[in-house]
Amino acid sequence: MKVNMKAPYTKSYRVEVGSAEGRSVFGLSGDFSISNLSAFTSEIDARIRAIRPAFLTMDFSAIRYLDSAAALAFLTIKKREAQNGVDCAFVHLSNEAERIFSVIPEAALAQPPLKPHTERHNVLIQIGQSSVHIARDLMAFITFIGELIAAAVYTIRHPASLRWKDVLFYMHRAGVDGLPIVALIGLLTGLIIAFMSFLQLKQIGANIYVPALVSFAMVKELGPLMTAILVAGRSGSAYAAEIGTMVVNEEVDALMTMGFNPIRFLAMPKVLATILVVPILTIYSDFFGILGGLIIGVTSLDLTVTTYVTQSVKTIKVFDVVTSLIKASVFAALIAAIGCQKGFQVRAGAQDVGKFTTSAVVTAIFMIVLTDSIFAIMFYYIK
Amino acid sequence: MDTDIITVENLTARFGTNIVFEEVSFNVRKGEILVIVGESGCGKSTLLKMMIGLNRPVAGQIRFQGADIFSSGEQILGAYRKSIGVLFQSSALLGSMTLRENIELPLGEYTDLSPEEIDRIIKMKLGMVNLAGYDHHYPSELSGGMKKRAGIARAMALDPQVLFFDELSAGLDPVTAVELDDLILKTNSALGTSMVIVTHELESIYKIAHRVLMLDKQARGIIAEGHPRELKERSTDPRVTNFFRRQKPEASF
Repeated sequence: MKVNMKAPYTKSYRVEVGSAEGRSVFGLSGDFSISNLSAFTSEIDARIRAIRPAFLTMDFSAIRYLDSAAALAFLTIKKREAQNGVDCAFVHLSNEAERIFSVIPEAALAQPPLKPHTERHNVLIQIGQSSVHIARDLMAFITFIGELIAAAVYTIRHPASLRWKDVLFYMHRAGVDGLPIVALIGLLTGLIIAFMSFLQLKQIGANIYVPALVSFAMVKELGPLMTAILVAGRSGSAYAAEIGTMVVNEEVDALMTMGFNPIRFLAMPKVLATILVVPILTIYSDFFGILGGLIIGVTSLDLTVTTYVTQSVKTIKVFDVVTSLIKASVFAALIAAIGCQKGFQVRAGAQDVGKFTTSAVVTAIFMIVLTDSIFAIMFYYIK
Repeated sequence: MDTDIITVENLTARFGTNIVFEEVSFNVRKGEILVIVGESGCGKSTLLKMMIGLNRPVAGQIRFQGADIFSSGEQILGAYRKSIGVLFQSSALLGSMTLRENIELPLGEYTDLSPEEIDRIIKMKLGMVNLAGYDHHYPSELSGGMKKRAGIARAMALDPQVLFFDELSAGLDPVTAVELDDLILKTNSALGTSMVIVTHELESIYKIAHRVLMLDKQARGIIAEGHPRELKERSTDPRVTNFFRRQKPEASF
């Protein structure tokens, strides 16, 4: 039975050594297949080494089963022995065995691999190619942003053209479904800031400034930043994977041939939904961050809830909240636009989808941090 | 002498309350090319997925060398999967691997062959499907027909006793489809490998099939079995003759 390929090989074959008419004769019997290939080739090699024949005949008359891998092994032995000056012959092959030998493409065995299209270049060429790729990516992104703005203008002029059902769907996915994780991360961030600042401030008796520090950090920076990073990981990647898979399945081509603008049809609802929900998520994150700080304040700093809330509210200015929400909206637009654009860059295969999904998240986080730095300088001077 | 390599007994497939087919029985003989045909939704692909051990039937058995592949334990199912080769409709080559690595995968996993022996076998398999030299090419660098041939080379890596093909020539141009048919015939005649093929292509069916099984959605099972030309010329069942003569049913428009 040849079902169990990796079972300890029951010796289902025999190699009997004899001689006739001045030739050494190996009488082969039983099953010769890929499952016992190592065993029978080792045995035949050992026997050849032992008797060192000048003339060798392999008698196939009693072979019960032969597959192509085994036939190839016999041919390899025959060729090798011919190179060693041994006259090796196969005799009494059944019709089946002859047919198997006839389909072994001997020319293919000697054929060197063709040069694949994807060849490796030296470092200089690789640097050049990477630079061209980066420039092309940048061009593609700028073009995409232009197309997105054109789509947005068209949507403002023709609101009915927007798929509002999709907008609500993505608001639910990016917003409602993201609430638990945003709350948890916000709460833990608030806890950490409060705890770390408390350890330092208590040394100079300035515990009262902990609420101010937590609320200021959360509203000005960490709320929008942490929320944006979470949304990039959850929704930006999902947009890239979704659109990428649609490209692979030719769904995007189908939309185009039906006269739809894929950016208006696929990207616009996602971008709008993300812009609408991320500021709300940011407020939510700010709230939970302050709540995290309050837990530390009340349990470790001997502050009352009223004192903590009063101190927090006193610190936060309307300007800070507005700029925080502006930042959140810009981050949202970046996340969704990058996610969609990376999705449209997919060309073929599951590998491309994975590659561009990863790229969507990494690019979005980089752009969020870069934009945040620009905002920090800009708001400093505006204020 | 037992000439059956796979025996399907009273097989039933159901999705929820929808019965796809019930109590289907047939066998696959050693060395034959069995083609499964039927209208869309009659359960051809479901049957194929059961025969390759991916889907479990609601009832019935699939016996390979006497043992039911589903109820005899994971070891038997695992051993069965090593004894068969499958070419999926999309070829299902792993895109991140070269052709060489795709073929090497089962050889490295299920045999104790040396790297030199594996290398020789890979070259032989690629040569058998007329892809000699394409060792280091990725599937994305190949045409549809080449991908199918590479898929066949991978399916044949372990010299399986049965090869399964899902929609063999779907999406291929006629010349490439004929080349694939010739490859199937050559492989079957030279290696004696049994083959089970799901296809709609009538020209291909007439050319390669030793025997055809026709499934029907309304009958929820097999309505005809035999050589395609015999079925075309001698069957009295209009569902069968309409299929083989490429005619639409009288009531339809």
